[in-house]
Amino acid sequence: MSEPVVESLASESGWQRFRRDRAAVWSGWFLVSIAAVCFLSPLIAPYPYMAQDLAHSAAAPSPAHWLGTDLLGRDVLSRLLQGGMISLCVGLIATSVALAVGICYGVLAAEVGGRAEDALMRFVDIVSTLPLTLIVILCTVVFGQNMPMIFLAVGGVSWLTMARIIRNQTRELKASQFVQAAESLGQSRWGIFCRHYLPNLAGTIAVCATLTVPGVMLLEAFVSFLGLGVKAPMTSWGLMIKEGADIMEECPWLLISPSVVFALTLLSLNFLGDGLRDAFDPRSSRK
Amino acid sequence: MAYVLRRLLEMIPVLLIVVAATFFLAHAVPGGPFDKDRPLPAEVKARLEQYYGLDQPLPVQLGNYVVNLAQGDLGPSIKYPGWSVREVIGSRIGVSASLGLVSLLLAVLIGVPVGVLAASRPNSWLDRVPMGFTLVGICVPSFVLGPVLALIFSLGLGWLPPCGWGSAIHYVLPACTLGLITAAPLARLTRGSLMEVRSLDYVRTARAKGVPPLRVWFVHALRNALLPVVTYLGPAAAGLVSGSFVIESLFDVPGMGRLFVTAIINRDVMLILGTTIVYAVALLFLNLAADLANAALNPKVARSR
Repeated sequence: MSEPVVESLASESGWQRFRRDRAAVWSGWFLVSIAAVCFLSPLIAPYPYMAQDLAHSAAAPSPAHWLGTDLLGRDVLSRLLQGGMISLCVGLIATSVALAVGICYGVLAAEVGGRAEDALMRFVDIVSTLPLTLIVILCTVVFGQNMPMIFLAVGGVSWLTMARIIRNQTRELKASQFVQAAESLGQSRWGIFCRHYLPNLAGTIAVCATLTVPGVMLLEAFVSFLGLGVKAPMTSWGLMIKEGADIMEECPWLLISPSVVFALTLLSLNFLGDGLRDAFDPRSSRK
Repeated sequence: MAYVLRRLLEMIPVLLIVVAATFFLAHAVPGGPFDKDRPLPAEVKARLEQYYGLDQPLPVQLGNYVVNLAQGDLGPSIKYPGWSVREVIGSRIGVSASLGLVSLLLAVLIGVPVGVLAASRPNSWLDRVPMGFTLVGICVPSFVLGPVLALIFSLGLGWLPPCGWGSAIHYVLPACTLGLITAAPLARLTRGSLMEVRSLDYVRTARAKGVPPLRVWFVHALRNALLPVVTYLGPAAAGLVSGSFVIESLFDVPGMGRLFVTAIINRDVMLILGTTIVYAVALLFLNLAADLANAALNPKVARSR
């Protein structure tokens, strides 16, 4: 690695590097449009998501129902949009929960240092070996399958990786000269957290968050698939895949459309996360 | 040896926490095991609760449970009268364990060679095509892949039974689904770590001193490159567990995953606790095994203990 290369890398901003990554940019646009369509679904969906048309139940895709109808004659496209709203909401809110807990825990561990830090991180190691899916399932049952609790439960078990990464970064920041300078000038810990840690962690946090969303959405889909998550008449992509899988012989379109949209969304999130990491994480260099 | 002992001792508080957390969660589930469509007479219900020890205060119940657990007794099942939880789990655990092992084996046998192959010719079609597939494998969840495989191989081609259990042929679809899903991240991990290792100085030295290329590749590079892969097997096993819930209900496999889901639906507190504990113990031991394998491969790790 010669000097000029480093300089040219440093002289261009992360966004410029990001924009050169075609796959990541397209994934970003795909996600934005999916999210827009899903969240606008009450306005633009062709039918209300729970409207039943029993005369045309289990109909194959047609001009009237682009993606067909399910066993109760509900329009699959409209349900797909409504389910997407739920799935994306879970992804966003549960990730925010995981972010909040992960940042606090990671920064706290790095700040206390010493034995307490070791103990805190050992706890994370141990918890991450436990069967957390079981705990999420139990939680959703205990709290009556209502949405906020699903968000909390899913987020509550997804913060472990985040805490680990944030702690490692914070440790480095803590040892850096500008933080030591701030300390010697008498800035409070809270001030250092807000003025120095958070801005420097922002890139890492963005990458982490993007890569946490698919895991969180998968977890929700798992729980819904087992019939323990989102309750009828609402739906989510996981639940739609489940319903489609039950009658895939007769009505394959009920399985195909939610599966494809779900897989594409997860794929785009992974591409976007990788792109962000390559662009903003100084240590990952593209080989 | 002292290290293994320390890890084993560490498991005890972890298990206690799992037991306590699951215990209170399971008891907080609304509705009890004796709530039926038609309510039981109050005195019958009271006698039943007394028989199962459910009438005592929760901390006492928890204490009793832990004492019994220490003696290997998981208590009586409520949904299967006359059966102990140990017997119920014992009748199911073989199915899940064998399915899990076959899947894990399949994942390693597919994932590692694919990763090695991809890393041997980086950025060629030999790399791009399999890596594209692994990306799909990461994004397609097991509950999508399972139905799709069933649609193709049992309903379309009629080669395999779509569901059921009993003979070796019933393993194929569920094990392939779980194995392929797990193989994808393994292949990516193997490739990434091989790419990193092969640019290291010691590999160049080995090549320079005239070690045959294949020997450099398999003996020098691969041994080191497999370290993160082995470490990943612990979390991969955890992924198999959650995958198995879905796969077992999808392919009608009488295993632990289905047992857990039905236990929750039936509010069978004892069975919920029992299955969770068995899963936790299994995962803790798998992680320990992965760490030990890592130490066996890596003298540096072994010495630092």
